[in-house]
Amino acid sequence: MPTRAAPAPAREVRTRVAVRSLDAFFAEVHAIKNVSLAFEDRSVTAIIGPSGCGKSTFLRCLNRMHETIPGARVSGSVELDGTDIYAKRSNPIRVRQHIGMVFQRPSPFPTMSVRDNVAAGLRILSKRPARKETDAIVERALRRAALWDEVADRLDSSALGLSGGQQQRLCIARALATEPGVLLLDEPTASLDPLSTQRVEELLYELRKDMTVVIVTHNMQQAARVSDTTAFFLSGELVESAPTRVMFTTPADPRTEAYITGRFG
Amino acid sequence: MSATAAQAPQSARPPRPSQRQRAFADRTRGRVRRRRVANTAMTVVLGVAAIVATLPLIFILWHLVREGATALSLDFFTQMPKPVGEAGGGLANAIVGTLILIGIAMAIGLPVGVGAGLYLAEYRRSPLATAVRFLSDVLNGLPSIVMGIFAWQFLVRPVGHFSAVAGGVALAAMMIPMVTRTTEEMVRIVPVALREAALALGYARWRTSITVVLRTATAGIVTGALVAIARIAGETAPLLFTAFGNQFWSVRVNEPIAALPLQIFNYAVSPYDEWHALAWAGALVLIILVFLISLAARFATRARFGGMGD
Repeated sequence: MPTRAAPAPAREVRTRVAVRSLDAFFAEVHAIKNVSLAFEDRSVTAIIGPSGCGKSTFLRCLNRMHETIPGARVSGSVELDGTDIYAKRSNPIRVRQHIGMVFQRPSPFPTMSVRDNVAAGLRILSKRPARKETDAIVERALRRAALWDEVADRLDSSALGLSGGQQQRLCIARALATEPGVLLLDEPTASLDPLSTQRVEELLYELRKDMTVVIVTHNMQQAARVSDTTAFFLSGELVESAPTRVMFTTPADPRTEAYITGRFG
Repeated sequence: MSATAAQAPQSARPPRPSQRQRAFADRTRGRVRRRRVANTAMTVVLGVAAIVATLPLIFILWHLVREGATALSLDFFTQMPKPVGEAGGGLANAIVGTLILIGIAMAIGLPVGVGAGLYLAEYRRSPLATAVRFLSDVLNGLPSIVMGIFAWQFLVRPVGHFSAVAGGVALAAMMIPMVTRTTEEMVRIVPVALREAALALGYARWRTSITVVLRTATAGIVTGALVAIARIAGETAPLLFTAFGNQFWSVRVNEPIAALPLQIFNYAVSPYDEWHALAWAGALVLIILVFLISLAARFATRARFGGMGD
């Protein structure tokens, strides 16, 4: 296992996703209040904050999943590589193909085999890969999700036969198969045991080498372990965002300090 | 269901219980005895109710086997009805007719019912969904003879003659509300997480509904459909003036067609012993058919619980 202490050496910093004055609502509830935040390419950003602070809602705004809830709406802009995903001409389905997402509970499709689960995102592409190519993509995605060795001999059996940790990595593989540039993870290890959690965290370390990862987590140790940058949310507002090391040693805002030292939340 | 019975005193010897303690102990012992008696009595009463609930089926089966088994032979399935006085004969036309009627009902009822159920589940709160849900509950409770009259009015009277299609439509009208509601229920219990997982992959809403939600709910929907088929298989009233029945061999859907329930009815009210025997046998076959369908439904249900996980 590679050492995790030092974030990757100095490199060209490029903003991948830029959020500008984002507001999100559930019917009458103002869940996200004027948040601006940028996510760099090849980095892991952790979003922390107490329950109900809007972390997950914020994450779901980044791939237009928020609006799938009846009555929910969003204002402001989220730019992916310079293009606003909330622009009039933008298609939410395209957006979600370029920004992958993994949820808290593993959610493999129960009627599909392991292989079909991973390939699920490929089947809706305008250029559907051929059978052979699909197999290669499935293998690559499973390898990236560090699951290949465990499932190589049961690609055609039901995805429900896998353990919870394996199912979650399968969901990560499913999200990776279409090669999204950004991966959003909503408390991906909340329902996993410590060993599975560790595997997923190692995985994030690898993924960071070529994509932008945003992870919502309740676990501050996890945020400290896996992320380059940490953003702290409180009651729908972004309190502070800083390099993780700075955030956990010398937070600028007293509320951040109170939270990370465990005085509330 | 009343006060706490927890503190029954253990008949501890030393020190000697006081008068009050003894009185309390007596009272408690009395209560415990009463509760035990009530408990036993209720268990017996409920057990008897449970047995009585299944008694009709046991009685019917026993009676049907006794009366009908003798008339049941290969001929029964392969031969046409014989005129009165001639020995033998079977109900081949009625068996085939019933299968054709069920086929027509399924061809209409399944797509409409599943489609409507999917609509109700996906557009749960729309005014149309609310109205359709209410109306299909009403339809579900409608006497089956009314379905027959309806089919007669619209499919028999304008054409001028009875037909298998009219019978199939009447049966489909009975089947649709049942299939609609089970489909809705089955689609609803598909976890939101699955829907979201598909949407997050870039699936459009319609594609999510069909490839993920409907597919996950399929086993449950199949169960519901089989139960609905079992229910309509034995219906007589909707067929009385639609399919009408037919003494002859006919598989043409625009003409009157024989059906097991109708044939049973006609034979049962006839004065001839041979026909009575055939009616018993027909009833036995019908009940076996329904039994087999229910069995299939059970297996489909098991597949669902195997398939959904959790």
